[in-house]
Amino acid sequence: MSATTEGAPANGKTHVGQALRRKEDPRLITGRASYVDDINLTGQLWAAWVRSPEAHAKIVSIDTSAAKDRDGVVAVYTNEDLDMEAGLPMAWVPPGVTVNTPDHWVLAKGEVKHVGDPVALVIGDDRYAVVDAAEDVVVEYEPLPVVTDPEKALEDGSPLVHEKFGTNKVCDWSLGGGDLEAGFAEADVIIERRIVNHRMAGGAIEPRGVLAEYRGDRLTVWSSTQVPHFLRLFLAILLGVGEDRVRVIAPEVGGGFGSKLNIYAEEVGCAWAARKLGRPVKWIETRSEGMMVTHHGRDQIDYVRVGAKRDGTLTAWHSKIIADVGAYQLLLTPLIPPLSGFVMCGVYNTPAVVTDVTSVMTNKFPTDAIRGAGRPEATHMIEVVMDQLAHELGMDPLELRRKNFIPPFATGHETPIGVVYDSGNYEAALDKLLEHIDPAQVRQEAEALRAEGIYRGIGFSTYTEICGNAPSRAVGPGGFGLQGGGWESATVRVNATGSATLYTGTSPHGQGHETGFAQIVADRLGIDPQQVQVIHGDTDTGPWGLDTYGSRSLAVGGEAAARAATKVANKVKAIVAHQLEAAPEDIELREGKFTVRGSPDKGLTLAEAAGAAYVTMDMPEGMEPGLDEQSFYDPENFVFPFGAHACVVDVDPETGKVKVVRWVAVDDCGPAINPMLIDGQVHGGIVHGIGQALYERIHYDETGQLVTGTFVDYALATAAELPSFETDRTETPSPVNSLQVKGIGEAGTIAATPAVTNAVIDALRPLGVEFINMPLSPMRVWEAIQEAKGGVPA
Amino acid sequence: MSRTVPVRLNVNGVEHHLEVEPRLLLVHAIRDHLGLTGTHVGCDTSNCGACTIHMDGRPVKSCTVLAVQADGAALTTIEGLATETELHPLQEAFWNDHGLQCGYCTPGMIMAAAGLLAENPNPTEDDVRHGLEGNLCRCTGYHNIVKAVLDAAKVKGASVSQESGVSS
Repeated sequence: MSATTEGAPANGKTHVGQALRRKEDPRLITGRASYVDDINLTGQLWAAWVRSPEAHAKIVSIDTSAAKDRDGVVAVYTNEDLDMEAGLPMAWVPPGVTVNTPDHWVLAKGEVKHVGDPVALVIGDDRYAVVDAAEDVVVEYEPLPVVTDPEKALEDGSPLVHEKFGTNKVCDWSLGGGDLEAGFAEADVIIERRIVNHRMAGGAIEPRGVLAEYRGDRLTVWSSTQVPHFLRLFLAILLGVGEDRVRVIAPEVGGGFGSKLNIYAEEVGCAWAARKLGRPVKWIETRSEGMMVTHHGRDQIDYVRVGAKRDGTLTAWHSKIIADVGAYQLLLTPLIPPLSGFVMCGVYNTPAVVTDVTSVMTNKFPTDAIRGAGRPEATHMIEVVMDQLAHELGMDPLELRRKNFIPPFATGHETPIGVVYDSGNYEAALDKLLEHIDPAQVRQEAEALRAEGIYRGIGFSTYTEICGNAPSRAVGPGGFGLQGGGWESATVRVNATGSATLYTGTSPHGQGHETGFAQIVADRLGIDPQQVQVIHGDTDTGPWGLDTYGSRSLAVGGEAAARAATKVANKVKAIVAHQLEAAPEDIELREGKFTVRGSPDKGLTLAEAAGAAYVTMDMPEGMEPGLDEQSFYDPENFVFPFGAHACVVDVDPETGKVKVVRWVAVDDCGPAINPMLIDGQVHGGIVHGIGQALYERIHYDETGQLVTGTFVDYALATAAELPSFETDRTETPSPVNSLQVKGIGEAGTIAATPAVTNAVIDALRPLGVEFINMPLSPMRVWEAIQEAKGGVPA
Repeated sequence: MSRTVPVRLNVNGVEHHLEVEPRLLLVHAIRDHLGLTGTHVGCDTSNCGACTIHMDGRPVKSCTVLAVQADGAALTTIEGLATETELHPLQEAFWNDHGLQCGYCTPGMIMAAAGLLAENPNPTEDDVRHGLEGNLCRCTGYHNIVKAVLDAAKVKGASVSQESGVSS
């Protein structure tokens, strides 16, 4: 194996900012990594779930006898066997709002509410045999009326998903500021659009999986999760054991995109069964299960009404969001649609902005956070409507944007809705974008291509988003009411020989924390990133943490790591100062050595200081031994990355097929820790957005059957559909954290869908198409063309 | 227990004799019986390619092959690609070019790419994109994967896969 030692940067250079290749990769490229399904325990049993084929039905009877009689079957459980007092948790209620939250049991109780709702749990000693046995569980259902359309679900007389509420409405929630009425009165032009932001999947290539073992009086759970700390907390509560007796390990996790940010029935059920049976229980999701019962995202119908003056000045923006949240509420379900409301001002100076959200239940699997979580929906609304408005006003879409951009700001800008953006320079990002792509040239190309029957269009998106969850000050009861703190923890332990271990409370699943965080710590300790081991995803190591989602890891967890490393460095400085008889404030870190300012020859390396700290010789009077420091960092504000994207598409009007031929992205997430990792996040984020815009759709038919239940029907983009991407950055420091960074994990996805939609509309305007909703499938595009031509599509 | 049949598999140059159910998928034989867990399962429908290995020198999706169908075959998995001392040029290129994030699709992606380069040692970007159509990645947007495969193709030996046992 090549044991490349990454050289330290040249004098004066920092590890931060370098495109260091990843420390986690050697195990991943050689097949030596350990995902949940790669772990097996002695005496391990397998679980399979009997799932409802009905979208809504009464369970008349369940006959488990044939399944139980099969060889190798150890147990078959139904709801009656569960001795849990509570069901799966929902952890966010909008402040001051009544939320209709149904019970959500690990196994369905009395009725099933969506296809895939688990009815029985089969445990046996063989991976294949438990699936056979599940087939032998006979469930009699009495079908009940089904509702899958959220707008119909709000009508009087609609079938009710949960009878006891007398309505399908979950809650109404509003966020706004400014005088909307005055804004519309002032407007010369008002446009309205109905925008559909359809349901999509996370699509992590590793299916979910869980392995649970109850040994002695301790529960250990390996789960493909983004949130091991949350999972431990809720397992302890639901199973009635002390949190100290639960250990959750998120081993190598094969992607998440929000879909593994939850407390799932399978995790709780396997842990419960492992305790009951006294043997380890393992379950690995099949892809068709994953499409059914791993949470979905988006699924909004948005009614947008926007007012502007003739010169393009925005005067009022009202959005009414109808969010189809499915049959139950998972961990953060009611939070996600309101997250759109937090960024409905976008990058514009609109004086009055109001967002009204109505969340509705239907007979579908619940929605929750999927990459972007509320912000892609907001950005899609804003940026598509900006293009529509530009056309209405006869303005260039970029001129309309520039007219309304919030001017550059470095230390905070309060929007009318009360959200304070940290820093931004939207004009600069757009200017940089236009250094890479010339819209006039694309339009000339389009002109030429039309002669060949190809319709080329260009679309833009200038966005900002809210991430870095989350300042406890803002999310606590006094702020926007997002329950719970948003801090993150880090412990930096310098080992006696001078290498370091960072324990982070974040829990990566592909982002590259082991490399980026090592760069941050290495700079502060004067060692090489290769000497910094980053430990994550195990609740038995390090302090309590709040895991990875919402583009929070770097801006919150990375800052915690920086602070813990700085605490260590300060202790080192005190030791060095003592030994060299200097003042601690005169000690500086220079080229891997803690030296006295002005005397670069005199000094100690980290290893030498660590030796002193552990052997405890020649330490300052009263100083504790050891070199091990912790930080709990609670940010003062969220961070707000931003940028400008351009998409060029070619549309074949004969087939309706759209091809993305060029993508230019300028993103600003503050100074780069590792530019290579940023580019990677941006690439993947863009494709998540292109995927939703063009190919992906979680589609239920009117009877509540899931039509797109495998990767055959649910089309993830392949390499063949995509171009290479042109990426660049501007670097506007965030005033929120000392690293000056913002999150970048979701930005690409947030920016992407409106750029595609705007490009397709731009391409088709010569054919008379003025507006079209995603997904921009060949059928949808072809129909739009036919309608514009005056024909009625079949 | 169902009826079992004997199967002989040569995996990464090592002979294995197994007794398996006729319905056992090759990927489960490799993972659960032989403990080579670098080959992954992502979809069950032959779409994602995470389970791609080489069978008698050609890439196959091992979730869609029965172990009994591989009886007597020579198989190479991701674990067989690097030598004790040296990564395969594709592995090196994926590392250098950040061609992976969560790593779950990576073994299948690398095996598919090795098959592609064996057939077409000097591919264009378009060749690579179409050649990898059968492998899904949700993290990278494929940009750096394509770059890595093109870079690997420039390295002497990337397509001469006999050395690493990739093709027969």
